[in-house]
Amino acid sequence: MNGITIENLNVWFGDYEDRVDAVKGASFSVPKGGSFGLVGESGSGKSTILRAIMGLFDTWSGKIEVLGETLTHKRDREFYRKVQMVFQDPYASLHPRQSVDQVLSETLSLHGFKDIDARISKLLEDVGLGPAFRFRYPHQLSGGQRQRVAIARALAPEPEILLLDEPTSALDVSVQAEILNLLSDLRAERKLTYLMVSHDLAVVGHLCHDIAVMQLGKIVEVLSIEDMRALQTREDYTRTLLQASMGYELRG
Amino acid sequence: MTKLLDVENLWVKFPTRNGIFDAVRGVSFTLGQERLGIVGESGSGKSMTGRAILRLIRKPGIVTADKMELDGQDLLAMSEKEMRKVRGQRISMIMQDPKFSLNPVMRVGQQIAEAYMLHTNTSKAQAKQKALEMLDAVAIRDPERVYNMFPHEVSGGMGQRIMIAMMLIPDPEIMIADEPTSALDVSVQIQVLEIMDKLVRERGMGLIFISHDLNLVSSFCDRVLIMYAGRVVETLQADKLHDAKHPYTRGLLNSLPRIDNPVERLEVLERDPAWRDEASISGAI
Repeated sequence: MNGITIENLNVWFGDYEDRVDAVKGASFSVPKGGSFGLVGESGSGKSTILRAIMGLFDTWSGKIEVLGETLTHKRDREFYRKVQMVFQDPYASLHPRQSVDQVLSETLSLHGFKDIDARISKLLEDVGLGPAFRFRYPHQLSGGQRQRVAIARALAPEPEILLLDEPTSALDVSVQAEILNLLSDLRAERKLTYLMVSHDLAVVGHLCHDIAVMQLGKIVEVLSIEDMRALQTREDYTRTLLQASMGYELRG
Repeated sequence: MTKLLDVENLWVKFPTRNGIFDAVRGVSFTLGQERLGIVGESGSGKSMTGRAILRLIRKPGIVTADKMELDGQDLLAMSEKEMRKVRGQRISMIMQDPKFSLNPVMRVGQQIAEAYMLHTNTSKAQAKQKALEMLDAVAIRDPERVYNMFPHEVSGGMGQRIMIAMMLIPDPEIMIADEPTSALDVSVQIQVLEIMDKLVRERGMGLIFISHDLNLVSSFCDRVLIMYAGRVVETLQADKLHDAKHPYTRGLLNSLPRIDNPVERLEVLERDPAWRDEASISGAI
């Protein structure tokens, strides 16, 4: 069974002459327990695919299948127990007036867990934050610690799939390394399926097994990480993107 | 090499309720006609160093230095009026995000022309002509159309190139670029770097390139200063960055995932409290 299967997905915004097609006929699949990366430049539609899966917009057509179930336009609570998302900016994705404890206990009680107290301690420990962080507010945390809280919140309902939208792009490289290690440990421990969006090919290369390269709303190429490393690409666009992320080359 | 800028023992301090906070602690370096990279994590004082050179640190912040000279002229002794002649005309600065640095209610072309008219005695028509040339120089297709656009109508990459055009039009001797490409996509990033690179080579401009991206700096710059907690912990030739000795630089390099060299686990940087107290290394040559 596949974790996520997407067939001929279209997402659009606006109507008539204002209509923008953000995603055009995207298809790919992520095996259960797999780790898949979407890369591309800003505006290529990679985050839009994640948001369409999460049900954050209604204007999509095509087929989205998650853990064997075909999704309709309405998502139930059970869906959100199985699929969770971590957002790009840990400064914007946590409520500034809620402590870590409030954030986590709200998620847990919404999903009907009873032993909330014990679970919060366990979650904080799992993401590498001690019990001392439990009653802190977001402004008392560093960027990396906030992102750990956001990951703990996503893990709270014990999901099977995590959607990661540029989880480290707002962080310093040394903190990025910590978060990437945490994400790969969690995936190994909990057999999670990852679908990750990033513009940084090195980050995707570190965490994912396969990638899809997007340009202007279309998937131009799906390739394995080994092929990506060896620059074995079919499309010129992929090669340009790869070369650009290797650094600046003096020309002429 | 001629020394354009000579900075010795620069400190930036901010008084707070809990005593004085030192954002920059005794930084020294010189800049010739070269590309000098300043690398460090957030809070390492790299942007503050750039701003201090232009005396853009607002009160109650305090800037002190044993020496801060532009072509032998003491920048710290200048009056605010003299400083206005330096800013933009002799040293210009490109900020990180074009969204917050362009005037949202003024056409971008007019903003560029204004920058030119402020520093030279020319007519409006000449300034417009010059602005159009400059837009063309920063690889903007169809400069006539872009000239009449508002900042919200241009993309991030275009906005950044417009900023560069505006900063270059007075033909400065030194450009300070504070994370000029971190808001841009990789392919646009390369274009912007090419423009700056050309200016250093053709006009003999001095470039201070502030960035957190080690790989980019090592491939783009000539020399690199690595900053940690307000100090320079190591200076290197950019192409020798991968032979860095200081444990902080090594730690930063090892914590980066690499496309060509995959590892199972990334190395996590262990910070040694002793790094804070080491003497700052001089970046002068």
